[in-house]
Amino acid sequence: MNGGKQKKVIPGTVLFDGDMARKGYALNKMCFSFNSADNRAEFKADPSAYCDKWGLNAQQKAAVLSLQVLDMLAAGGNAYYLAKLGGIYGLDMQDIGAQQTGVTKDEFKAKLVAAGRN
Amino acid sequence: MAKIVGGINVTHVPYIGRAIANNLQQDPYWKPFFDGFPPVRDWLAKVKPDVAVLIYNDHGLQFFLDKMPTFAVGAAAEYRNADEGWGIPTLPPYKGDEDLSWHLIDSLIEDEFDIVTCQEMLVDHAFTLPLELFWPGQHPCPVRTVPINVNTVQFPLPKASRCFKFGQAIGRAIESWDSDARVVVIGTGGLSHQLEGKRAGFINKEFDLMFMDKLVTDPLWVTRYSVPELVELTGTQGVELLNWLTCRGALSGDVTKVHANYHIPISNTASGLLAMQVA
Ligand SMILES: [Fe+2]
Repeated sequence: MNGGKQKKVIPGTVLFDGDMARKGYALNKMCFSFNSADNRAEFKADPSAYCDKWGLNAQQKAAVLSLQVLDMLAAGGNAYYLAKLGGIYGLDMQDIGAQQTGVTKDEFKAKLVAAGRN
Repeated sequence: MAKIVGGINVTHVPYIGRAIANNLQQDPYWKPFFDGFPPVRDWLAKVKPDVAVLIYNDHGLQFFLDKMPTFAVGAAAEYRNADEGWGIPTLPPYKGDEDLSWHLIDSLIEDEFDIVTCQEMLVDHAFTLPLELFWPGQHPCPVRTVPINVNTVQFPLPKASRCFKFGQAIGRAIESWDSDARVVVIGTGGLSHQLEGKRAGFINKEFDLMFMDKLVTDPLWVTRYSVPELVELTGTQGVELLNWLTCRGALSGDVTKVHANYHIPISNTASGLLAMQVA
C-alpha cells in the first residue's frame, strides 16, 4: 500500500490518509449518517443492528459498541465523523480527549489550561 | 473593479455556537475569546464590506469520503446550514453572490486551479460561526457570501505553498471582478489542536504566536513546512491553519494588522483571531 512510500511518524497520531480512508469507509459512512436525527434515533434504539445495516466489520463494530475511541481510530475512524457518534452519547471533546489519553476529564481540562500558560 | 478591504482569520469550534445560543459571551470561560471581537466589528463597520469570500473546511456536513474535493467553490443564490449531529443550533440561510462565484470559477480555472463547483452547498459551523461572531445576531447576515472549501480532512491535503498560491488566485479573481463591491476575505479554523489519538489535547502556543506574527509580515515563512510537519507542529486539526494561509494569499502587497487575539483553550483548541487590512 501507498507505493512503499515512507510515512512521517508522529507519536500518538495517525494521519487519515488513503490507507485509513479505505479501511474506515463503512464506519465513517455510518457516522456521516448521524447528521440526521432519525438516523441517530435508529442507532440509539439498536446500535448493533445499525452497525450491521451499514456493513461495519467485526473490529469496527466492537469498537463502536464498546465506545472506545482509540479502537475506532485503529479501525479507520476519522475524528470529524466520529465526533458525530460522540454527540449521540452526549460526549464532548474533553470527554473524548480524557478517554483517549487515560486521564480524568478534569485532568484533561487542566492540561489544556496549562498549555496556555507556558 | 471590486476592492478587497482586508482579511480576517478566526478559529471555528462547534461549541462557540452553543455559547452564543446560551448567551455565555461574558461567562469567565468564554469572555477571553468573545472579547476579541468588538475591535474587529468596529473595523468592519468602518470598511463596510458588501461580500465575504469565506475559506473554510467542511467537517462532514456537505462532503464525505465518497467524493472529497481538494478545493470547492460555492455558486448558489443561498447557502443553508443543517444539523451537524452534535446538537448546536442550526442557523438561518446565507445569501450568496452568484456573479462573484462564477467570476471566481472562471478566473481560478483560467489560473489553472481546477476547482469543484457547487450550485448546492450546505455550510457547517466553520462557515456560519465566524459570520455570527463578526455580525452577531444579524439575520440575514448583512454581507453576501461565497464559500470556498479546502480539504483538511483526508490526506493528502494541499501543500501550504499551494494554498498560498490558491489564495493569490482568489485575490486576483476578486480584484478583476467588474463590480464596485467591497469584499472581505475570511479564513477559518485552527489554531493548534488535536482531537484524536494518544496525542489528543496537543497545543503549541509558541508556534501559533509565531504563525500569527509571520502571517502578517512574511506569509511564505510557513510554506517551509510540509503538511505532515505542520500536523506535528500544530496537531491533526491545527493544520486547518491552511485556511488562514489561503486567506492571507488573497491579500496582495503589504498588509497591516488591525487586531489580533489569542486564547487557550476554547474546547480543545487554541483560539486565534487576526484581522488584517491591505496597507
Ligand atoms: Fe475545524
